[in-house]
Amino acid sequence: MADFFQQVVAGLASGGIYASLALAIVLIYRTTRVVNFAQGEMAMFTTFVAWTLMDRGLSFWPASALTLAIAFVGGVAIERIVIRPVEGAPVLTVVIVTIGLALLLSGLAAAIWGSEVKSFRSAFSTRAIDVGGVVVSVQDLGVIAVSLALVVALWLFFRFTKLGLALRAAAVNPDESRLVGVRVGWMLALGWGLAAVLGAVAGMLVAPTVFLEPNMMRAILLYAFAAAVLGGLDSPLGAVVGGLAFGVIQNVVETYVEAVGATLRLPVALALLLLVLLLRPQGLFGRAAVSRV
Amino acid sequence: MRPRLRLGLKLTAFALGVVALAFLPRYVSDFRAFELHRVGVFFVAVLGLNVLTGYTGQISLGHGAFMAIGGYTTAILMTRYGVQDVWTIPVAGVVTGLAGLAFGLPALRLSGLYLALATFGIAISMPSVVRRAEGLTGGTTGLNLFGIPEQTGLGLEVRLLGRTLTYNDWLYYLTWGIAVAAFALAWLVLASRLGRAFRATRDSEVAATSSGVDLAATKTLAFGISAVYAGVAGSLLAIGTAFVDPNTFPITLSITLLVGAAVGGLGSLVGPLFGALFVVYVPILAERFGGEVGGALPPWGQRIVESPTVVYAAVLIVLMLVLPSGAGGLLGRAADRTQRH
Repeated sequence: MADFFQQVVAGLASGGIYASLALAIVLIYRTTRVVNFAQGEMAMFTTFVAWTLMDRGLSFWPASALTLAIAFVGGVAIERIVIRPVEGAPVLTVVIVTIGLALLLSGLAAAIWGSEVKSFRSAFSTRAIDVGGVVVSVQDLGVIAVSLALVVALWLFFRFTKLGLALRAAAVNPDESRLVGVRVGWMLALGWGLAAVLGAVAGMLVAPTVFLEPNMMRAILLYAFAAAVLGGLDSPLGAVVGGLAFGVIQNVVETYVEAVGATLRLPVALALLLLVLLLRPQGLFGRAAVSRV
Repeated sequence: MRPRLRLGLKLTAFALGVVALAFLPRYVSDFRAFELHRVGVFFVAVLGLNVLTGYTGQISLGHGAFMAIGGYTTAILMTRYGVQDVWTIPVAGVVTGLAGLAFGLPALRLSGLYLALATFGIAISMPSVVRRAEGLTGGTTGLNLFGIPEQTGLGLEVRLLGRTLTYNDWLYYLTWGIAVAAFALAWLVLASRLGRAFRATRDSEVAATSSGVDLAATKTLAFGISAVYAGVAGSLLAIGTAFVDPNTFPITLSITLLVGAAVGGLGSLVGPLFGALFVVYVPILAERFGGEVGGALPPWGQRIVESPTVVYAAVLIVLMLVLPSGAGGLLGRAADRTQRH
């Protein structure tokens, strides 16, 4: 039984990372109606930036803070330069642009930092502590805590600040928001900036475990998509619940179902994604899209 | 311009194109012939994807997986069942077509971004499935097709148009022979009633249904047909590289195909040709270009400019921003000018 709880906690930890990335995806989808296929590569790139800062002598916390700032600026810049021009374009063009962005970042990372694996310092110690018979690592607990803190911070931002309200207004009804003085364009850019920050956090949380290299986030992106769809693409709460749930499901299935080993991780994620899309496309917490004919 | 005249011009252009293709290997190097074989492979695959995405409006980010099915079918038939490589091509096409139909059915419930996500998932998880099914696919080690008796073209004395073919020439003619047939077939299908159903589905599902188009059948058939093309292309790719393993059909392949379709121009039959040329030659040119320009930059700057991926992605993004409808769209607009309005 204790073993089971251990797997659950470990699942929650990886789930926390999926949740952070899923939250970024949902944030962008809600504010700009774009599915950002480059979310994973953006996270990977900013993690490399953090690594470089620490390599140059900066200690962990200042480096992380600076990285988050850089990520924010980067996200804003990407939205204004690359996404803005294709705002009204057909879905496929936008998809290609975000995919092109992913390729660009992936190529840049490989060119600048090389493809050999690098180690990344963890924010938390790797000690293991005993909580009532269940052995959990401080790192796992730290990841869970950070993910939850992020969600709460975002919730507070959206609910209680003027800027958060403006962002929500711009997403729900751009035209009327303009009428009351909301700079819709900059709100969209803000959304991308925040999402980039979320991605950076996710990247820095996962890098110690999976080691830093250009392909680090690829599989995680799929898991994050599966989590976001599971929770509902337009629901931030859903992204978090979906992420945590997915992490637990993934871990438990891998450990206890014989036929599924670690090699089938990706197909299992895909199967879950397909299942949700077919049975309940709006996910657990999303709103069902009904179109009037 | 009168319709008859336009048709005549198109057919003449087609005939000229075929003749040009037939005589091209005489004038190009052996290695170039191999490169052109690859262009042919991508042409067929992008043509198929275009039928699905450009003409029927269904996004697929997973066609690399269909190519993998075709390629592995060929490899397995050749190594385990001793089938001659040429005969595996139609089988690969049929098998992949069935897979496409099978996927088309659940895909009916998905559209737009959700379909993109689902097919993206397929592309990402295919290598894992291949690795897992080791007994059949040779897992990570892959299957070797080089030098086995089922491989035509090596040691075969084939004379065509007055010259003996080298191995790469043989690949070229095999690929482009099939590509020309595939093109003609696509043209016929798209000009038929089914083709009109495809376009109707893309333009407005509501209007299509009201006009009596069976959306489910149309979309499923679109998936099936595009899968056949992808399977044949995958088969040709496997024959060309004479080796398959999970890396022969990576995740990036699906993206490459979609890029080829978008750059070439969706909803155009000639577009895939430009798309194929783009995806094969831009990385090659990027490496050369980078080497020349990189001299003045610091080492990491040099690596960036020399990286085929970076240049490719940059060109792609710029192209999409400037020409959202691709090269085919540009041609289409030019052709429209010849019509009287």
